[in-house]
Amino acid sequence: MNIYKFTIECLQVTIVLETAPAFTLSLELPIASTADVIVLVALFAIARFFTALAGMDIGTAFGGMGSSREMTIASLAEPAMLMAIFTVSLASKSTSLSQMVHVIYSGHSILRPSLAFALFAFILIALAETGRIPVDNPATHLELTMIHEAMILEYSGRHLALIEWANMMKLFLFVMLGAAAFAPWGIAETGDPGAISMAFLFMMMKLSIVGAVLVLIETGLAKMRIFRLTEFLGSAFLLATLGMLSFFILE
Amino acid sequence: MTFTPIEIISSAVLLLFLTILIAPLLRGRQRLLINASFTMASAASLLGLIGGVWVVAGGLTSRIILPVGLPDLPFHLRVDPLAGFFITVISLLSFFVSLYSIGYVKGYIGRRPVTSLAVFYCLFLSGMLMVVLADDALFFLISWEVMAAASYFLVMFEDERIENRRAALLYLVVAHVGAIAILLSFGIMAGLTTGFESFSGYTFDAMRQAEVPLKWSTAAFLLALFGFAAKAGVVPLHVWLPEAHPVAPSNVSALMSGVMLKTAIYGIVRVSFDLLGTFPWWCGAIVLILGLISAVMGVLYALMQHDLKRLLAYHSVENIGIILIGIGLSMVFVSFNMPLLAALGLIAGLYHTMNHAVFKGLLFMGAGAVLHATNERNMEEMGGLIHRMPWTAALFLIGCVSISALPPFNGFVSEWLTFQAFLLSPALPSPLLKLLIPMGAALLALTGALAAACFVKAFGVTFLGQWRGHNMPRVHEADWFMRFGMILGALSCLLLGILPALFIDWMDIIPQQLIGTKTGASSGAYGWLWLTPVARERASYSGMIVFGGILLVVVAAYIILHVKPGTIRRVPVWDCGFGKLNPRMQYNATSFSMPIRRIFGFLFNIRERVQLTPRAIHKAFPKRLYYYLRVRDRFWSWLYKPIVEFSLFLSRYAGRLQQGRIQAYLIYSFITIIVLLVFSR
Repeated sequence: MNIYKFTIECLQVTIVLETAPAFTLSLELPIASTADVIVLVALFAIARFFTALAGMDIGTAFGGMGSSREMTIASLAEPAMLMAIFTVSLASKSTSLSQMVHVIYSGHSILRPSLAFALFAFILIALAETGRIPVDNPATHLELTMIHEAMILEYSGRHLALIEWANMMKLFLFVMLGAAAFAPWGIAETGDPGAISMAFLFMMMKLSIVGAVLVLIETGLAKMRIFRLTEFLGSAFLLATLGMLSFFILE
Repeated sequence: MTFTPIEIISSAVLLLFLTILIAPLLRGRQRLLINASFTMASAASLLGLIGGVWVVAGGLTSRIILPVGLPDLPFHLRVDPLAGFFITVISLLSFFVSLYSIGYVKGYIGRRPVTSLAVFYCLFLSGMLMVVLADDALFFLISWEVMAAASYFLVMFEDERIENRRAALLYLVVAHVGAIAILLSFGIMAGLTTGFESFSGYTFDAMRQAEVPLKWSTAAFLLALFGFAAKAGVVPLHVWLPEAHPVAPSNVSALMSGVMLKTAIYGIVRVSFDLLGTFPWWCGAIVLILGLISAVMGVLYALMQHDLKRLLAYHSVENIGIILIGIGLSMVFVSFNMPLLAALGLIAGLYHTMNHAVFKGLLFMGAGAVLHATNERNMEEMGGLIHRMPWTAALFLIGCVSISALPPFNGFVSEWLTFQAFLLSPALPSPLLKLLIPMGAALLALTGALAAACFVKAFGVTFLGQWRGHNMPRVHEADWFMRFGMILGALSCLLLGILPALFIDWMDIIPQQLIGTKTGASSGAYGWLWLTPVARERASYSGMIVFGGILLVVVAAYIILHVKPGTIRRVPVWDCGFGKLNPRMQYNATSFSMPIRRIFGFLFNIRERVQLTPRAIHKAFPKRLYYYLRVRDRFWSWLYKPIVEFSLFLSRYAGRLQQGRIQAYLIYSFITIIVLLVFSR
């Protein structure tokens, strides 16, 4: 029955392989030029695509429900995501991630209104894409509110562990993507070990800050109704668009 | 003896004509007829493919003048890299589909004679090739009509169903309205070239050299755009497409969706970049906006469908939109004199043309295999076919991944190039465009994500889960001819996806000739592995490395998880303790698209009715539930219904002229003669 089950883990792990080295620590890694941001978004999409197919493969109402909701949310989040990324790439005149980070890192002004808007939009989208409250509750198993959990309801054992791992990696990658694009301080500009270990320390620091913020968000907010998400993601899109407009008008 | 490419391509057309002559002779022996005619069609396609690839690779231009046609206007044939590219696209897909047809058409044996299918199939192929070969307006329009008429008969092939006859009629009407607009457009260009006295202005060469005033060239462009858009199924002229494509035999649907629509793209590129050359910037903006509307509306309508082939047909509307986005961007850049960016937009559009031909052909072939096996087009009745048709399922999945623009397949490359073209638009001098064009990128992203949703639905409902119908028919896997056609399609999807630099290098001669600059997307020190439009710092993509990475991890994870047998234990699925789950309770196509239907509902004409028959105990436990849903195209009531009603109204009044009495008719002719004598001297 579950022919497609094995593809999911693989694809989620793929994301890890493809993107993790490219932007977390250093600007000068050999694989960096594969990691165009658009490719990155598409790699997230391919993992989602196969997870949703696995949900359809179970042959119960839950799997299909999860897939349908996940794909709906994704299709609303994707334009906002790309708009936010485009705003950054307009500022850095590149879609290559290491180049973007490089330009923003060496840029003179840190307070750019366009980047502030884009960052805010990015936070909203990251919450939606990684399935955190208020969009989806990763801890729920209440049948009618599950989104991501509904798709993977039938997994157990090592398969489930891999999927959970991949999900956490996705969260990690989103945090690192945000950190690299909007707050690249401390990133290693060369590939030598000393610089990289410093960058590692900075990374841990940023991760713990984001972790604390995430805790605040998750305890302070309740999960939204699914059809209120259009407003949530619509405002993310609006913010990203405002970021782009302010880039053209102010900068 | 040496051949020139144009001779090879013409011999492909001649071979198709020969097949048309031979086919009726074999009508007594249907099996032989199918084998012979479709083998010859695939041989002809292979010839066309060789010729087309050669023309583009060499950057050749050659011409032939045939001694037939009007006294002053013999038929002109010409190939240049642009034509060669479209010949390659047409021949590539028709080669796959012809092989597939050898298996597919045999399914009709014993049900109906297929002689007409074979004849019109070959006529259709030759019509498409001739459209691209034509170098004068007359031959172009004749080929255009041959193509339209042949496809009309193919749509009519199973003519006992009323929906097929209706679809074919609608198709014919729209095709002819479009053809009139194209004729008028050529008329304007020819008339301004030589005046209206001689025919020589109707050759494309004369049109190329003519200095047409801007207002007339705009008029010619808009007319041509209308005509070609009707053929390409651009919103709002798309209504015929989802009617006509699904009812044709599946091999023909593959060709109609995959390549026939592309002849219209060819027409737009030929007229705007080659014949006219100059146009105001808003012409490009119109193309861009039409493209964006078609892309978004096409995919949204596709999501609402539960007929597999109809869903694919709506996706053709979407993909034509994406192609037009590339071409529209290119036109905008051309009119602001930015050749490098224009070349990038054009390449993005043309590469998507090729990609769409390949994956849409593959998907229609897969849908045909499903139809062939189950006799069912409605996805609500299907499910779980992956167990009975593993080959078809795997190949269809490759098509789904490609069309959803996911790496490492080909759909992603062209969308990536289009995004790059979008991101370069801030270089435009006009502030309005600077602000508005990036919004288009968001719409393109929306389209891509919705397409992925739609193909999760299409593949998930058709192939995964369990069979939803009442009793599962004797489903069989596609035969080897069909499989082979699909395998070739899937392979080309992969190759076009992982080696884009090679293919773009090959076709870079087209913008060189039309715009004057190569994109150089793959040239330079970075080699075939990297696709680097504009500059490496700007953006780079390596399909090969992405593919390698994915393959590596998939293999590794597979080995870790599955190498030890018996480690996977299967238990019943979770049913909330209900205990009576059945396949009808799975999510189906309608329920899958429900959230999107609700969010984007304002774009459709939706009628939804739910009726509960309550039980005596409590109304929360209904005895029966009746659910009715109808989703319609709003454009039909907005645009087409008024036109239909108005023409009925007019014809009712005009009908009063028809008295049936000879005296009245004599008076009409008398009045006409008087009027002519008075007004024309």
